[in-house]
Amino acid sequence: MDDRFLIEDPTLSPAALERKHRLENDPSSRTDHMAYLPGQEQIVSDIRERVMAEVAAFDPSVYTGKDVARALAQEHVGIEGLKALLSPAAAPFLEQMAQRATVETQRHFGNTVYLFTPLYIANYCENYCVYCGFNCYNHIRRMRLSMEQIEHEMQVIAGSGMEEILILTGESPSMSDVQYIGEACRLARKYFKLVGIEIYPVNVEDYRYLHECGVDYVTVFQETYDTDKYETLHLAGHKRVWPYRFEAQERALMAGMRGVAGSALLGLSDFRKDALASVLHMYFLQRKYPHAEISLSCPRLRPIVNNDKIGPQDVGERELCQILCAYRIFLPFAGITVSSRESKSFRDGIVKIAATKISAGVSTGIGDHESKYAGKDDGEGGDEQFEINDGRSLGQMYRDMAGEGLQPVLNDYLYV
Amino acid sequence: MKDLTKDDRLVIGGHSFGSRFILGSGKYSLSLIEAAVQYAGAEIITCAVRRANTKEHENILDFIPKGITLLPNTSGARNAEEAVRIARLARELGCGDFVKIEIMRDTKYLLPDNAETVRATEILAKEGFIVMPYMYPDLNTARDLVNAGAATVMPLASPIGSNKGLATRDFIQILIDEIDLPIIVDAGIGRPSQACEAMEMGAAAVMSNTALATAGDLPMMAAAFRQAVEAGRRAYLAGLGRVLTRGGAPSDTLTGFLHD
Repeated sequence: MDDRFLIEDPTLSPAALERKHRLENDPSSRTDHMAYLPGQEQIVSDIRERVMAEVAAFDPSVYTGKDVARALAQEHVGIEGLKALLSPAAAPFLEQMAQRATVETQRHFGNTVYLFTPLYIANYCENYCVYCGFNCYNHIRRMRLSMEQIEHEMQVIAGSGMEEILILTGESPSMSDVQYIGEACRLARKYFKLVGIEIYPVNVEDYRYLHECGVDYVTVFQETYDTDKYETLHLAGHKRVWPYRFEAQERALMAGMRGVAGSALLGLSDFRKDALASVLHMYFLQRKYPHAEISLSCPRLRPIVNNDKIGPQDVGERELCQILCAYRIFLPFAGITVSSRESKSFRDGIVKIAATKISAGVSTGIGDHESKYAGKDDGEGGDEQFEINDGRSLGQMYRDMAGEGLQPVLNDYLYV
Repeated sequence: MKDLTKDDRLVIGGHSFGSRFILGSGKYSLSLIEAAVQYAGAEIITCAVRRANTKEHENILDFIPKGITLLPNTSGARNAEEAVRIARLARELGCGDFVKIEIMRDTKYLLPDNAETVRATEILAKEGFIVMPYMYPDLNTARDLVNAGAATVMPLASPIGSNKGLATRDFIQILIDEIDLPIIVDAGIGRPSQACEAMEMGAAAVMSNTALATAGDLPMMAAAFRQAVEAGRRAYLAGLGRVLTRGGAPSDTLTGFLHD
């Protein structure tokens, strides 16, 4: 167990505290993280096998500068070249990778950069994921917005000019069930041109329902593709089941969603292997579903409420930049989103190299957009999932991006 | 000497244009539109309907100069039905009757689906649209598009955004030779010289976007495209001189012994 994540909460009952400690210290008290729970749909797919075979065969230490140079000389970089670009040997080639990535980004996206904002509607959670601010043992202010409150938040956000929204919840199917999320998405379609979700993984039937409610994009973070490490970080709850989470994007596509996004949370395990797995996960999905629009993110660990010691470990900005350049060179057509977890200077730089989408006007708390946007603080909001780094408003971001010579785009989407 | 803008106009669906350079829609920026109109002389500008579907901030439709014909495209459509819905929406948005059909079932290469394109063309032509279908250069499909009521045929030169030029040159030539509609070369034109070559072959116009959008000096590249398209057109109209592929011209003809 990695102690840096653990928070001692004096408000827990003795029974809860005992269970928490047992989960943390006694692996035998935890369920099989590779076994589906009752009700979790199993689909037939070879994508997991293909991704994990490549990751198992990936030894970042064997690549040399020659391998990196050879990869960069190729017009179409394959999986071997991708591995070289993700290896430590590529570090001295970072500027060349950035140059190449910039050419690919411009060729496929021009100078456009898409803007969106997330909206957290509930932060209840039934999982014990030790690094997450929403985890069920973390003592935070919990909240679930009513439909009236959600609509009000949406009005405030839409009033800023935003046209794309990402609806998020904590992972509690009981406190924020699919019907509740679906209703929120129907509301969102009134105010926004494009609605995406980042919620707990669900079955095909539920994704189909959410699609009917107006959702067309589904983001699920695998956190880490290292199943052994995953087991030590996700100690309880439905999220503990690694394969069900892995197949979420595919179930979403089977349900008719237009696009999916994913990534590991960089810093939880070997980031090079997790980056390889993230990009190959999306790559094999697009090969199987050629119409799917795929997108990658690149979240790094951030401090959370009650634990400011959590950070991105060995994934510095140079490493993150290397990963994003490798993603772009390997998948020139894929969307790449860089969240407000990253600093203003990093985001301003990376949108010119590889990223195609950034968030603005972000709050990871619940029900506090009015206070953030208009300075009306009633102190009634729910706590945040993690601390953001770049707090720019939509207006500021729009001006900054235009100032960098980029064309901000608020919507490039049509429901058909 | 012919004034191309007056004496050699491009006619599509009964509308005529002085320019044979059309701005594609791939990488949209407002500076690109300005350069294409001012320096490339574009009179037709493509616009993805999905991109025009915006509220306040810099709606592309607000930036199309007066006198420029808007060519909405159905980018994002995965089948004929979706393309038809997008085309109808474009009309509702006030984009006029022109529509460029783009139907892709692949997000990696963005190659057009010819069969679905023929189906959408037939539906939209019957509804009075001036249909300009983007297609993979195939003679049978091109004939089907003619029968379906297309106003032009728009074969791709190479994968969209690739700047690789006329990878499908021989097949485009077949369309130019066999199809009695304007053939507009679309996608993959990366250099003015490639645009010029397409025009020399007899293409009615070329469409490009990435080549301009990714140029170091946008206005300069726009001007280069204008000159290249005009040069190619003049060469086509003038009739290209013969090009000897081997040896020199013999002074005594091989058939000189024939007397009757």
